[in-house]
Amino acid sequence: MTAANNKWIGQSVERLEDPPLVRGRGRFAGDISFPHQLCLRVVRSNHAHGRIVSIDTTAARALPGIVAVWTAADIPEVPPIDFREGRIPALEPYRQPVLAIDKVRYVGEPVAAVFAEDPYVAEDAADLVTVEIEELPILLSAADPPGEFAGGRNTEVSIIRQGHGDVDAVFRSAPMVVELELAIGRHSGVPLEARGAIGRYDASRDLLELHGAAKVPHRVRELLSRMLGITPSSIHVHEAHVGGGFGIRGELYPEDVLVCVASMRLGRPVKWIEDRREHLIAANHSRQQLHRVRAAVDRDGTILAIDDLYFHDQGAYVRTHAARVVHMTAGILPGPYRIPAYRAVGHFRLTNKTPAATYRAPGRFETTFVRERLVDAIAVKLGLDPNEVRRRNAISKEEMPYHRPLQALGEEIHHDSGDYVGLLDKLLARLEWDKLKAELARRRAGGEAVGAGFAMFIEKSGLGPADGVRIEVDTSGTVELITGGASIGQGFETVMAQVCAEAIGVHYKNVRVTHGQTDRIAFGIGAHASRATVMTASATHNGALKLRAKALDMAAELLQAPADALDIVDGKVVRKGQPSGPSITLGEIATHLEPTSKTLGTREPGLSVEGWFRTEHQVYPYGLHFAVVKVDRETGGVTVERYVIAYDIGRAINPALVNGQIVGGFAQGLGGALLEEFTYNERGDPLATTFADYLMPTAHETPAVDVLLREDYTSPLNPLGIKGAGESGITGVGAAIASAIDEAIGVPGAVTQLPVTPQRLKQILNARR
Amino acid sequence: MTEKCELTLTINGRRHDIRIDPRRTLVDAIRDDCGQTGTHIGCEHGVCGACTILLDGEPVRSCLMFAVQAEGRAIRTVEGLAKGDVLHPLQQAFIDNHGLQCGFCTPGFLMLATGVLEREPDISDEDLLDVLSSNLCRCTGYANIIKAVHAARDQMKASSGAR
Repeated sequence: MTAANNKWIGQSVERLEDPPLVRGRGRFAGDISFPHQLCLRVVRSNHAHGRIVSIDTTAARALPGIVAVWTAADIPEVPPIDFREGRIPALEPYRQPVLAIDKVRYVGEPVAAVFAEDPYVAEDAADLVTVEIEELPILLSAADPPGEFAGGRNTEVSIIRQGHGDVDAVFRSAPMVVELELAIGRHSGVPLEARGAIGRYDASRDLLELHGAAKVPHRVRELLSRMLGITPSSIHVHEAHVGGGFGIRGELYPEDVLVCVASMRLGRPVKWIEDRREHLIAANHSRQQLHRVRAAVDRDGTILAIDDLYFHDQGAYVRTHAARVVHMTAGILPGPYRIPAYRAVGHFRLTNKTPAATYRAPGRFETTFVRERLVDAIAVKLGLDPNEVRRRNAISKEEMPYHRPLQALGEEIHHDSGDYVGLLDKLLARLEWDKLKAELARRRAGGEAVGAGFAMFIEKSGLGPADGVRIEVDTSGTVELITGGASIGQGFETVMAQVCAEAIGVHYKNVRVTHGQTDRIAFGIGAHASRATVMTASATHNGALKLRAKALDMAAELLQAPADALDIVDGKVVRKGQPSGPSITLGEIATHLEPTSKTLGTREPGLSVEGWFRTEHQVYPYGLHFAVVKVDRETGGVTVERYVIAYDIGRAINPALVNGQIVGGFAQGLGGALLEEFTYNERGDPLATTFADYLMPTAHETPAVDVLLREDYTSPLNPLGIKGAGESGITGVGAAIASAIDEAIGVPGAVTQLPVTPQRLKQILNARR
Repeated sequence: MTEKCELTLTINGRRHDIRIDPRRTLVDAIRDDCGQTGTHIGCEHGVCGACTILLDGEPVRSCLMFAVQAEGRAIRTVEGLAKGDVLHPLQQAFIDNHGLQCGFCTPGFLMLATGVLEREPDISDEDLLDVLSSNLCRCTGYANIIKAVHAARDQMKASSGAR
């Protein structure tokens, strides 16, 4: 594929990532092995809460092929897993130890580590480790009164407060108040590749390597450095192929620390590959919250205030994200609406369940469900169309940029650009809504349980403050773009190559994109919070323009022409408008810029540059979801007949990939709305420990999604006008489907809890009989 | 501990003589003992289909079999799909239709679809949806996988008709 004048941005070019992946030549964590490596198997708690009386490892140690068995007592120097963003003293007591100390607090918690020559033998030995536990009271709901954590601390880690205005006064004088209690279930990213980590210590160079890292390799290096007391430059973290990220993969977990420490202490590489049961009980869960929310509303549907009290079920420990999700929840709940007075009080509480952290659109999936349920309830109470309520309250394009005195990820919220109501109108036009609405009403009158629902939301992306890249051209003219970004399957390499190639003037396939290798670049933000395209692509763009200028400066001398009369086309510098005239390739220019070159002159050697991008604010893309569902009144089953997502991305670098992100996000949202849930019995035993219990959508349940992708309002905050795309497909799914189910069964406000499993919906239907 | 056993696995026409524990699963033997890591492990209980291979032409979950059960049978994995530099129509269709993101489930889908299209070149869209529902993908939302398999089916049919 070629593009006129190397215009790669905006083209749905084929992915650079695909050829090795379709041939089985990928290199995922499980595919990485080193000579003489050991295998780690983790012995996990079978009790949700209890005091460790004893751990007997004698039988395990006696098994042939076992090299070591560790409990917490064997690694007293290793501290609990620290926070990604640095020290947070108030939360430190709630961090998770690498191996349980004194108490176990969830089923799945690592209590011992077995190191063996062979993974099968490691499992045999793990079964021989006996752990005696004295059971303690189990806490399974964050809405229940807190229990004891340890040392006089209870399980309420903190109370998060955000807000503005005199909420109590507004409620006292409000013409109308709407109140709801809403619950979001516990689910998570569950990538198809479970976690994996290989630690390797190279004594000859005094270097610790961690292979199989993902998402935030540089942060992981910092964390390991801090926790293990090793200088950052003595640690290399290497990202391989990653079989799905979704927020949960790539954070620093106990197993990552164990393979690192063991590789140093045992003097052999140590490999750990998670099995699926472990993944479902030990990798981060997410989402579970209970909201008691009320809105003060004027008679015309104008929201005067929102008051939200919520309980965030963190599970047993506070992990690397610290209080991010619970805090983000409070900041982002108002979404696209003007809310004159607002108060959010979040109880950040521990329970005896798997620890929780982020999952794609953390805080937004949850709050979009809460907020849009509120919009529906207001509409019902006032006899308005919910979209009327949205129109009345949405921030208008004239009000942009709109400042909100609330925080998301430690930054004040600053809606950068957009026309929320305008996008709603475009969606309604796409749907031919009046016709569709009448058609659905006709079908309902005929006895069918069909209904439609909308959800309006904002996303946030491109968290700063800075990202940098290095770009180097070798003597063959091949461009290498070195970034601290990460590829989690989203097409990172392709998108960065497109941006780089367009700014320099080369074919995008001539750009090799290096990512996730801490030994290649000192700094990197990885891939999370829809940051990569905004931050890393902006840095790439800036760097590529610098590189182009450097190449043109050298070429000007060689071609005896002013730099501004030259252009770079397909990797060759030519005179503008004379593509077949005299030319010089980027490879030749790189040769002229070598340190020993006679033509170098006083220039900095090398056809290479650093590029940086800095920003003070995140960007806030926005969109709408729309669902039509049909309910089977007999089974409580829900079929999604139609789904449309309208999204303004500002500028799409590769529309096919954006579309893929949105559609893929939707499928995960569908799981969270209807199917997926980590449930526990009263003893705190997890009940979803296989793919037969944790139900993810298959091709059968997942309808085709119609994506209305708009590039109406570019972001003023970065050079290419980009807004993030990775999370928009999931954000509104719970909200839109809940609304559609209400209408389908003719019971306004029926859905108050996600996921709407057939059992739950059947209960709702039975209660109305 | 049980004695190790010696056996020969034939993968993509090539013989691999290996010595393994009898309890070793087929997928572990393919990956670790024969070095063919294109076949992936997603759940080890036969639900996700990431480990799908063709055994005597039939798609099977290689995590649910012992390696010893595959002796003397023809194993085909994703590494055997392309002919040199020429991709199999399914591989090309997955690229053309953006049918993969992280690529972890892809080898399983490719082998599942290969087995089905070889057995039933005229399979209907509806039946194909049934078949493809037996594997899990967490990235794509399936639409592009379905599109890719439709495209490959139509192309394979057209080129076999032209012969």
